Amino acid sequence: MSGPASILPLQVHRLAFEAGGTRLLDDVSFDLQAGRRTVLLGPNGAGKSLLLRLCHGLLRPTSGEVRWAIDSRRSARRQAMVFQQPVMLRRSAIANITHALAAHDVPRGDRLPRANAALALAGLSHVARRPARVLSGGEQQRLALARAWATEPEILFLDEPTASLDPAATRAVETLIEGFHAADTKIVMATHDLGQARRIADDILFLHKGRLLETSDAEAFFEKPQTEEGRAFIAGDLLW
Amino acid sequence: METFVTAFAEAGALLISFDPDFMSIVGLSVRVSLSAVAIACLIGFPLGAIVALKRFPGRGFVILLLNTFMGLPPVVVGLIVFLILSRAGPLGVLGLLFTPTAMIIAQTILVTPIVAALTRQVVADLWVEYGEHLRSLDAGPITTLATLITDARYSLATVVLAGFGRAIAEVGAVMIVGGNIDHVTRVMTSAIALETSKGNLSTALGLGIVLLFLALTVNAAVQIINTSAGKRAALA
Repeated sequence: MSGPASILPLQVHRLAFEAGGTRLLDDVSFDLQAGRRTVLLGPNGAGKSLLLRLCHGLLRPTSGEVRWAIDSRRSARRQAMVFQQPVMLRRSAIANITHALAAHDVPRGDRLPRANAALALAGLSHVARRPARVLSGGEQQRLALARAWATEPEILFLDEPTASLDPAATRAVETLIEGFHAADTKIVMATHDLGQARRIADDILFLHKGRLLETSDAEAFFEKPQTEEGRAFIAGDLLW
Repeated sequence: METFVTAFAEAGALLISFDPDFMSIVGLSVRVSLSAVAIACLIGFPLGAIVALKRFPGRGFVILLLNTFMGLPPVVVGLIVFLILSRAGPLGVLGLLFTPTAMIIAQTILVTPIVAALTRQVVADLWVEYGEHLRSLDAGPITTLATLITDARYSLATVVLAGFGRAIAEVGAVMIVGGNIDHVTRVMTSAIALETSKGNLSTALGLGIVLLFLALTVNAAVQIINTSAGKRAALA
């Protein structure tokens, strides 16, 4: 959305991550192109959150690499991430957004208009002055998305953003994600919710036990998964 | 028992009389301790936050030092500052010994480790919650520090209180570097020590009661600010 050269495609090459002697992610390789919505699908513990954090640079891989089209110093601020439990600063809703803009060195005069626009988009204008931490779970997640929106990312990572929300709040969040997509922000979302994956995904990365088992077009994946684990997951069988 | 009754009477009399000598003692106590705490916060907040966030060689040792220095004996600090500021000392030329400035310096040294050590803990706890978001924002070190210190402000108010309590209550350091000179460097604690040694027990105790009252007022003020502002900001 901003800057001359795109940070995409993202190339992930033979990524592995170990913690405490356990290999949590092993030999994961894929490319992410602009435009299509990518969903990381898999059961709990598959390594989805881990993979998002490695891509976003919050964790360092044990081996392998995450390569953006431009160098990582300049690519960092053109990414944003929304967590399962939104991190709300002990400030008003609008101050949560202006803080993010300040952190991105947005000129002082531009911060408030941009924050207000983002709040309006998320339908949160009426709670702008309220402390972020007294908002409902759904409002907090929408605020987290509005905050990401204000920073105009080129790619948005979402880690199970609706896992603890009710259906109405989930729908509101999905609508906002749609808004990012319409504005040409690359969506990369982790979920274990099949319905949500069907609604959102253009591409599926299917993870299981730290391995990337399938990389495919969403329709093809749901139609005809290539692996036993994929079939079992879609059928709703428990995977162990 | 009679001493206590007389002491309360003296304390009451001191408080309502606004005796200029007494007021100057109270004023100096507050001025010296507040200045020391203010300087200690300017140093201790960023220092504590940096130790909480930065990984550097010798960090464990720095934490150990800070925690140990929380319990620095005031007389020892007083003695060291005395040696540094005395005529023959390295900073003797400044002529600061037996001035309120020397007392502020000594109390700053006492309070800074308390502020830094407690700030480290507060900031480390908040980092657990904020860390990923701030790193996701690619926030620079200054922004990160400022965010954590700002958002920990209510916990840090308690840290300031702990520092102020330490400063206003100590007698060893101010006595040595200030010299307890009437109208110049006499503060409440050194006045209490003096009155006690002169045998004026009820006056000493009266001063002690006023000192407690002062501490109570400061704590109450902070608590009121904390609960009302705290509710608004929902720091829960």
